Formats: sequence, C-alpha cells, structure tokens
Amino acid sequence: MNWIAIGSIDDIPARGARCVNTPQGRIAVFRTADDKVFAIEDQCPHKQGPLSQGIVHGNAVTCPLHNWVISLETGEAQGADEGSVKTIPVRIEGGTLQIALAAPVGKAA
Amino acid sequence: MTEKLVIIGNGMAPGRMLEHLLENAPGRYQVTIFNAEPRVNYDRIMLSPVLSGEKDYEQIIIHGDGWYVRNGITLYKGHKIEAIDRTEKTVTSSLGVTQAYDKLVIATGSNPVIIPVPGHDLAGVLTYRDLDDVNAMLLAAQSRAKAVVIGGGLLGLEAAAGLQAQGMDVTVVHLMPTLMERQLDPAAGYLLQKALEERGIKVLTEANTKAIRGNGKVEAVELADGTVIPATLVVMAAGIRPNASLAKEAGLAVNRGIVVDHGMQTSDPDIFALGECAEVGGHVYGLVAPLYEMARVAAARLGGDDGAGFLHNDTPTKLKVTGIDVYSLGDFADGEDREEIVLRDAAAGVYKRVVLKDNKIIGTVLFGEVADGAWFNDLKRKSANISEMRETLIFGQAYQGGATLDPKAAVAALPDDAEICGCNGICKGKITGAIKAKGLTTLDEVRAHTKASASCGTCTGLVEQLMELMLGDAFNRSAVQPMCSCTDLGHDDVRRLIEAKELKTLPAVMQELGWKTSCGCAKCRPALNYYLVCDWPDEYADDYQSRFINERVHANIQKDGTFSVVPRMWGGVTSAAELRAIADVVDKFNVPTVKVTGGQRIDMLGIRKEDLPAVWADLGKAGFVSGHAYAKGLRTVKTCVGTDWCRFGTQDSTGLGVRIEKFMWGSWTPAKVKMAVSGCPRNCAEATCKDVGVICVDSGYEIHFAGAAGLDIKGTEVLGLVKTEDEALEHIAALVQMYREQARYLERIYKWARRVGVEEIRRQIVQDAEKRRGYFDRFVFSQKFAQVDPWSERVSGKDKHEFRPMATVGFAEAAE
Repeated sequence: MNWIAIGSIDDIPARGARCVNTPQGRIAVFRTADDKVFAIEDQCPHKQGPLSQGIVHGNAVTCPLHNWVISLETGEAQGADEGSVKTIPVRIEGGTLQIALAAPVGKAA
Repeated sequence: MTEKLVIIGNGMAPGRMLEHLLENAPGRYQVTIFNAEPRVNYDRIMLSPVLSGEKDYEQIIIHGDGWYVRNGITLYKGHKIEAIDRTEKTVTSSLGVTQAYDKLVIATGSNPVIIPVPGHDLAGVLTYRDLDDVNAMLLAAQSRAKAVVIGGGLLGLEAAAGLQAQGMDVTVVHLMPTLMERQLDPAAGYLLQKALEERGIKVLTEANTKAIRGNGKVEAVELADGTVIPATLVVMAAGIRPNASLAKEAGLAVNRGIVVDHGMQTSDPDIFALGECAEVGGHVYGLVAPLYEMARVAAARLGGDDGAGFLHNDTPTKLKVTGIDVYSLGDFADGEDREEIVLRDAAAGVYKRVVLKDNKIIGTVLFGEVADGAWFNDLKRKSANISEMRETLIFGQAYQGGATLDPKAAVAALPDDAEICGCNGICKGKITGAIKAKGLTTLDEVRAHTKASASCGTCTGLVEQLMELMLGDAFNRSAVQPMCSCTDLGHDDVRRLIEAKELKTLPAVMQELGWKTSCGCAKCRPALNYYLVCDWPDEYADDYQSRFINERVHANIQKDGTFSVVPRMWGGVTSAAELRAIADVVDKFNVPTVKVTGGQRIDMLGIRKEDLPAVWADLGKAGFVSGHAYAKGLRTVKTCVGTDWCRFGTQDSTGLGVRIEKFMWGSWTPAKVKMAVSGCPRNCAEATCKDVGVICVDSGYEIHFAGAAGLDIKGTEVLGLVKTEDEALEHIAALVQMYREQARYLERIYKWARRVGVEEIRRQIVQDAEKRRGYFDRFVFSQKFAQVDPWSERVSGKDKHEFRPMATVGFAEAAE
C-alpha cells in the first residue's frame, strides 16, 4: 500500500465531495453527514458521469448525469441498475486524510 | 459468433419481444432496430390518457434511450425501411442506411383506415394512431372549436372523450346503429351512448359520411342525409388495417396481414413477423394481450426454443374513458343453443349480461359495474360448469358461497391462476408470489417486478386490493404518492406541514415528519430545500449540498462533465460591448461551442469547472450577471421589438420584457419558468406557449399562462386583460408567487394549473385584489433575499472548494 496525504477532512463539505487528480485518473473523496470518508473513482459505470458532482445521501451518491445511485462503501450501482466503480482505500492518520494508490509512484510523498 | 437480428418497427410488440430475448438468450444477437417514428418505445394503449390530459408522454415511455444503450441495441429513429433484399439478406432505410441480417423481424404495425370521401386529404383531417396524431389533436383542441370523430369504436370514442376533456365541442359520427357494435350488444351500446351524451358528446348513429367540406382546411362534415356538421377538426377512427406492404413487396406470403405460422415465422424461414401486421391462424389482432403473446413466442423461437407456439385466446375489451366502465369478452350473440342471464339497474346505469352455452360462459358484457369481469373471464377460460351457482352468478363473485360483501373478499377468493392483468397475462399467483418473495410494498415495485398493471392500468385497483390483502395495514392504497422512499407523505402534505409546524431546517423537517432515512435522498432533498427557501426566505439558510450540481455551481453540467455558461441578456437585447466581451471569453478560454439559445441569449459550451470563476469574472466586468439557465427559477423573458421599431407594435414589448426580467430574476420556483412578451397579436415572441406570456393589444396587456412547448405542447390559458404595465407586473408576480407557494417540486406551471384549475387561479389573481396584493407582497419580500448575483459572489471567493481539486498527487513531479 502506498498511502498518500491529500488534505484534511475539513476540506470537504459534509454531504459533499472533492476531487483528487492522480496518475490513475480522477478520484472522488466523499464526506457523509456523519463524517465518514469514502474514496471512489470519479466515473459513473453508466456513462462516466463525474460522481463527485452528485448529491450525497446516506452512504451513497446520485450521479448528476442520469441519476444512478452508487454505494460509496462498495462502489456498486444500487436498485435495478448494474455496474460498479473501483473503491479506493482511504484513512485518517493524525488529522490527515490519506488515500492508497495501487500503482507505485515515483518517490514517496 | 453473434448473429445479426434486425427489427423493422419499434412498437410495443417488438419491445416486449426484446425484453424476453434479452432474458432468454442474452448476447446471442447483435440487435438493430429501424423505427419510422422518431422516438423510443412507448405505451400506445396510454395515448388516450395523454389526449385527455391525465398523463404525459414521459409517463408512458416503456424503454427510454438509456435502455437501448445499456443493452447494446442500435436504434435508428425516423428511419422507414423501404426495401428488404431477401437474396442479399439486407434492409435499406429511407435515409440510406443498409443493414445486413441473419434474422429479420417485421413489426410494422397497422395503418388507420382512411375513408376515401371527398375532402379526406384536407388540412385538419387526422387519424388516431401515434403520438404525432395526439399532439396534432391537442394543438387543434387549443381552438376550443368543433370536432367530428368518424367512427364509434374503441379508438373513436376514446378520441372523442379526450378531445372533449380538452374543451372541444365533439360529435361522433357512427355508421352502425349502436356504438362499439363489435364489442357490445345493443343494450350496452345504448347505455354507452347515453353516458357519452350526458357528458356533452353528441352521437349520431347510422350516419354515413358523404364528404368533408372545406377550402384548404376542414370546415364541415356532410352526411349522406344532407346534414352538415361544422368542424375545424375531423378525426378518422374507422378502424385499422395491417401494414403488410413492405412484406408483400419482398415477396412474402400476405393475406390480410403477413401470414405467419404459430411460431411467428413468415414464408421465409429467416423472417419473422409479429404485432398488428401479422396474421396467425386466419386472425389479425389489435389488442395488446395477444400481441404480447406473439412477442413471447417470437422471442422463444429466436432463442432456439422450437416448441413455443401461439394460441388464440379471447381478450377482454375495456374502454379507457374515465368514469365510463365497459367490459366485453368473448361471443355474446344470441343463438338457439344459448342462454343468457341479464341484470339491469336502470337507476344506477348498470347492465350485466352473461351468455351461456351448455352451462358454460362463452361471453360477457358489463356496463357501469365491471369489477366481476376478471371472475367471469376466469370461469370462461376454464370452461367451468356454472349450474350450481346459476341463480346468483350474475350478482358476481362476492355473492357466491355466502361470502361477505367486503370488496377484498372477491379478490381473496380468486384462484392463483386467475388472470389479473390482461395486457401482460399476469395471474394472481405470480403477483402474490412476487410480493412475498421480494418483499414488495408499493405499486411501483409490483409493476417493476411483475409488469402487472404496467400497461393500460385498468387492473390497478385489483392489484392494489391484492396488495392490501397481503400487506394489511402496511399498504394503504388511498395514500397519496409519497415524495420518495424516505417518507410516506406526498408533496402537498409535506408543504402543508412545513408551514403548519413552522419547520425551518432540513433536519427539523426530517425529524418532525418521521423521515425513514438519516439524511434523505437525491429526490427529496432538493424538493425540501426549495420548499424551505420559498416559505422562509429571510430565515432559512439555503443548503447547497441539497441542490443539484447545476444550481450548486450555477452552470449547466454537460455529458462530458464540462459546463455551459449563459449570461443574462435582458429581454434578449444586447450590444457591441457585450458581444465583444463574450468573444474575448471564447478566445481566452478556448470555448469549443458558442450557440444562440431558444431564449434569445448566448450559450458557451464546454467550459472546464475550474475555469468557471475566471469566466464569470471576465463576463462580470462587461456587466453580465448569471442567466440562471441552470435553475428551477426564472429563465428568460423573450421579447419582440414592439413599438420601438415594428410597424405593427401596439406597446413597448421589449421594455416590458426587460422590466419583468429585472423585477423577477433570481427567484427560485418549483420548476423552470420561461416568459415572453409580444408587441401585438401576431405574437412574434411566441408568448402563447410559455409558462407566462403577455400579448400587447391596443387596449392594454393580455396576460397568458400555463403554456408548454417541450415534452408536451400546450397553448396558454388567458389570465385576463389589464390596462397598464404596472398592473401587468403585479398580476404576473402574484401568479408566479401563487405557483411558488402551491406547486410540487419539478411541477411546471401548466401541470400545477391543471391540478388547481384555471378558474380558481383567475379567481384568486384577477378577481380578488386583496389576495393578489398578498401574493405580490410576498414575492417582493422574497426577492430581497434572492436577487444576489451568484456569479459575482463566487468570483469574490464563495464556495472556492467547489472549483478546485482537493489535491494533485502521485505524479512524479508532485511527489518531490
């Protein structure tokens, strides 16, 4: 695991999301109403809509393009829709948010 | 290796066939559909409710565009197939596309019969077949003038009732002595005629149309006996004929329809036909149940099941006219070997007749009380011997075996294999099984999982009773449609309670009204946020996390995740300086597309989210503010040039448009609001299809509202005529405030007006000056908090986090 610091939880509005640009594409980092943090690929499995721009409710986000509901925990589409996005490990270490990138990067951050 | 399946036609039969095929043999075929109609698959049975205004086009779509994409199906809309080359195995469309097939399905449906009387080709003569016909009729109905429907069958009567509901004066002209003579006996036909006449529809039977009169367009219908009926709209509903011409030209066996065997195969083994164009066992069909049966068989055959075969079954007929209940099934002619049982209740307008042969039911006609139709159908289908219950048979199921009169008892007593949904052939057992196995609790869920009541909807009551029976108090069928699955309350209840309990925050609403989820969902949150903004403009803090992305960042998201930006151009008026500023922005930010909108302003498309604040800063320097092109709020006020330039203008329409826009911009509304002001009745600003419109006349300002020109087209209603600009502004603001306070979230003005009643709105806004003033004052008050330009706020740093990535990590240089 290659943990990389991306900022603090306060950078993200509650029931909102921010983006992190990485070599493996854009990652959406979510903060729920009860301050849980999730990270998933910022691409809806349906038509690649930017999930970071959706409305966050419970532990899910509704895609802004065609209203698919994606679970932030599993990355799976909810309801009758089928598809999933990759989830990215995220943790809080000493007040700092960190995500784990699968591919090794140049130098440790 | 996938085979190529080509389907000609995209109606309900091939749509259902594909559903079965995708389930039975997923991935076996590469599917291409050619549809002569420029749209997706929608529920044609529901055209009558669309015509009468009880439903919208969007509510009757079966497969939206997304369905085709998800299933990898290519759909050519607006492509009519002109030739089938059976040697090369290709089809060619009117727009020049040639497509090869391994298997071909012809589903070209039927054509309406046009009676070749003189004048049948005049403008204003329509048929009743597809959505275009319905839209044309709705447009014609705007005139509130006279219509004649030729043909008193199922389609003709539904058209007549729909046109009458739209305010037309309707006469039905029918060749035979009684209405719907193929489905009803004369007694029921008579009752039906009486019921229609009581609603104000005129009915002429034994009336033979001789000619349609008119100069260029319809003016009257002339009958053989010399009667002349004035009309501006004539609907021909004299029956349908299978559309088999394409198959015939291709050399396939064609009789009345395209001849197929009981496996839906035509005389060419690689070509199948189904739907109204197909003829099987000497029968052609027009009702949905047998067409769906064809779809099931064709899908099974295409999936490799050679055993599937089509069986003829009598289908019950129901008339879809609200408030008139008619049910007919099987053979009800008199005969030597037949007996009948008849029940009449003249006072209640009820007529029931059951025709028996050898103590078995062979036909049924019900009028006024049709609840037992399914039970009679069940007895007929099973050839049950009814001699034991003969005495009480006609009273219906509830009277058998001493059962109580509880309406649910009838449904409870139905056997599991009794058919509940005739359209989709769904029996009771399948519905109860699904409710149990999948834990279904709402009608929508039952529809999604079983398809019961998902087509014409006449069995909805039965399905709901079944659900009540299974779920007890957990299902309340008289309950209003809940806002979403987070609550059982409907929009109206929620709005009422927000006011009554003075709820002023989202958590307060959710707590006090017992929300079932912790923080709502993407459906209820934007609605609640709007209701709170509207009700407590000075106290409620707008929750941007509950707004859809467009309203959160004040631009329109596009399919690739970029945004479009539309600055306000007051009344559609602009200047060299403004245009230059837009041109500079386009150059500076490499804006890929610049487009003039339908609302008289300019749209810049393809702007990256990160660039939005800088774009707005540049636009702001030229004096531009947000055009709210993304908002459920005031969008545009279109104008014509009025007395400033036009030689016909009666008032300063541009000036009034600008004044209205400057007065009302920034207000949030339940759904978008588009306006227009025309300087004279020539109406160049197209004010009569807007949410609110003004037509200037010599004597003042005619205020219009409740028009539509999107999914629906609808001309406006007239609110009233006022003498001065000030009065016009007060009336319009009051009207919009009434709409803001009463409508459900996402409900456009025309839908709200249909629900509340145009008369009631006129009463409150035009006749009751005190009420009007109250609405107006509340609007003005809320504008104090709403008229803040969101673009300049964000240029000054508000919501900075929205427009920047949180971090950029993992790149070699970033890691240093």
